[in-house]
Amino acid sequence: MTGTIQNREAFLDQIASSLGRGRLSKGVKVPAWKHRPQDQVLNGATPDELIEVLKTQCLKIHTSLVMTDSKNLPETLNEVVSNYGGGPVVSWKDDRFSKWGLDSLMKKEWPSNNIEVYEWDHTKGEENIRQAEKANVGITISEMTLAESGTVVLFSDKDKGRTVSFLPATYIALIPKSTIVPRITQAARELRELHHSGSQVASCINFITGPSNSADIELNLVVGVHGPVKATYIVIDDL
Amino acid sequence: MAMKIGTDNFKERVGNGINDSFMRGAVAGAQNSMGVRRQNATEELGNWEEWRSHGEEIRQHVLENLDYYLEQLSENVAKRGGHVFFAQTADQANEYIKGVVAKKNAKKVVKAKSMVTEEISLNATLEQAGCTVVETDLGEYILQVDDHDPPSHIVVPALHKNKEQIRDVFAKKLGYQKTEKPEELAWHAREMLRQEYLTADIGITGCNFAVAETGSFSLVTNEGNADLVTSLPKTQITVMGMERLVPTFEEMEVLVSLLTRSAVGQKLTSYITVLTGPREEHDVDGPEEFHLVIVDNGRSKILGGEFQSVLQCIRCAACINVCPVYRHVGGHSYGSIYSGPIGAVLSPLLGGYDEYKELPYASTLCGACTDVCPVKIPLHQLLHKHRQVIVEQEGKAPISEKLAMKAFGLGAASPMLYKLGSKVAPAAMNPFTVGDKISKGPGPLKAWTDIREFPAPNKERFRDWYKNREKGGKES
Repeated sequence: MTGTIQNREAFLDQIASSLGRGRLSKGVKVPAWKHRPQDQVLNGATPDELIEVLKTQCLKIHTSLVMTDSKNLPETLNEVVSNYGGGPVVSWKDDRFSKWGLDSLMKKEWPSNNIEVYEWDHTKGEENIRQAEKANVGITISEMTLAESGTVVLFSDKDKGRTVSFLPATYIALIPKSTIVPRITQAARELRELHHSGSQVASCINFITGPSNSADIELNLVVGVHGPVKATYIVIDDL
Repeated sequence: MAMKIGTDNFKERVGNGINDSFMRGAVAGAQNSMGVRRQNATEELGNWEEWRSHGEEIRQHVLENLDYYLEQLSENVAKRGGHVFFAQTADQANEYIKGVVAKKNAKKVVKAKSMVTEEISLNATLEQAGCTVVETDLGEYILQVDDHDPPSHIVVPALHKNKEQIRDVFAKKLGYQKTEKPEELAWHAREMLRQEYLTADIGITGCNFAVAETGSFSLVTNEGNADLVTSLPKTQITVMGMERLVPTFEEMEVLVSLLTRSAVGQKLTSYITVLTGPREEHDVDGPEEFHLVIVDNGRSKILGGEFQSVLQCIRCAACINVCPVYRHVGGHSYGSIYSGPIGAVLSPLLGGYDEYKELPYASTLCGACTDVCPVKIPLHQLLHKHRQVIVEQEGKAPISEKLAMKAFGLGAASPMLYKLGSKVAPAAMNPFTVGDKISKGPGPLKAWTDIREFPAPNKERFRDWYKNREKGGKES
């Protein structure tokens, strides 16, 4: 459904008149910029070098980082969840969980050990929010991972609720090693290419860098405010 | 709360600031720590000047083509099902938003921190319309709970408050029973606000950067409140100053990088959220209805004029964090929600010289603000330009300056008067002189000597000394 636009013409005419020219409705191109410092950051770094950058950055953003491979992933994930005090766990509904061999952990082992697991299901409507709100751990998957800043990038979808990363007390991001890029520059470019190739950008794209925090009280850093209090990145070697 | 804060005049405000020793200590500490963090975050890039130049060229290109990019933005927001309202004035923006609230029969609004909604007094408008408005940024929440105490910094709004004061406010207003530890205070706010997000009808946010090419906009935060404000209520309204946009995601990321490093010394903040339209058809969270309100409110008058570059601002507060005047007088002294050097340039433009003619003088013109600005706004030059306009066009120079200039003009125009003036000065000032200092000066000197001494005029004039020296110094 198309939205509405109100009061536009007078508003934009005023701008054009302030700028001392007629209205510009077409023909403006983004110029070839004189400066491009962003391309130089971590230029040419190998995936392993980027991992090292990511590790160092995680220390600064109060985030644990665990390296694992697809064989050991279930054990690693289980450990991180029990370190966080167990369930309830809420996760996206995503084929990659079973592709990575997590079905038996998430669908059998945890429930039989009294760790409640809820998988996002858009057909259940508001129940998803209730489950995320009471969850202790939220688990999502990073589509792009930014080494410089220690950031995971998430795209919302009907079975990938936005609040899985925000409402639970703690947060785990699964990071395929192949998703690591130098910085937000590469992610922005990829988003733009996606848009140009005709696919619609997700209605919500989250760039998440560690747990929530605030320095609003006397500039004292408090980790854990409205979003998660703790965060762990699990990097899966898929290269 | 409008852009203007308080009813005291400039001198009273500055007097209050100067005498608030906790606030001055807090501001000095904050400037020191934020200054170091900013410096580290910018220096580690190795080519910060290149980044600043890129930020500047992006912002200038957008301002020169603002009508084009706003049209593109509005088309793309509508394509994704969002509603766009262009508001030339604060009243138009408020009326539109009130209309949405009425149509939704909304009783409760949750808000993420937004300067432009403060500028247009949106909260007061909504409260008059019978709505409960809850600020969710921790700093803003503290101020709201404390009977709407005004913000004193654009990034850290409650900077002027200490933790004991916050504890007492929470105890009095919220029945809080724990200690003044920031962790416990923040946790209490978290628990109180959780229920508010879940029960609010409408979420309202500002906008860091809109993206014309896709009709998106980004929010840059650390607390996670903006994400809950935009995920849980069924209706979302985003209010943006009309200049806050970029052509594409590629320019957005550059400005976000400049913003987070300059504002808080972080490579990126915890949450950069890019939203496009309302939620998709089968999504469970995110708003069903999305409104974007684009606000002019005086900005188009700045465009095309000698102050245009102030619209390059990305609200990082780096200039505030280095300003020696802000350090001593604090944010409330500016009498505007926009404080520090950027506030001293912007407030007279948006709020008029009648209200803010003193602010361009609240500067030493040292240029530290200009040096740190990530988008290269020549702030101290703009302050100087304001002074020129105030004196030459507005005729609003401070009275003491007017008198002094008039007297100097008269005296310096005639050699005889000049001679006489410089001769009688020591005698005229004699009653006020102790040793070679004046501690209690008369008239225009009083403001100076209230806080420090003024050197007495020398008994021997330079001209006499020089003449005497020519003669070989025999006369003395």
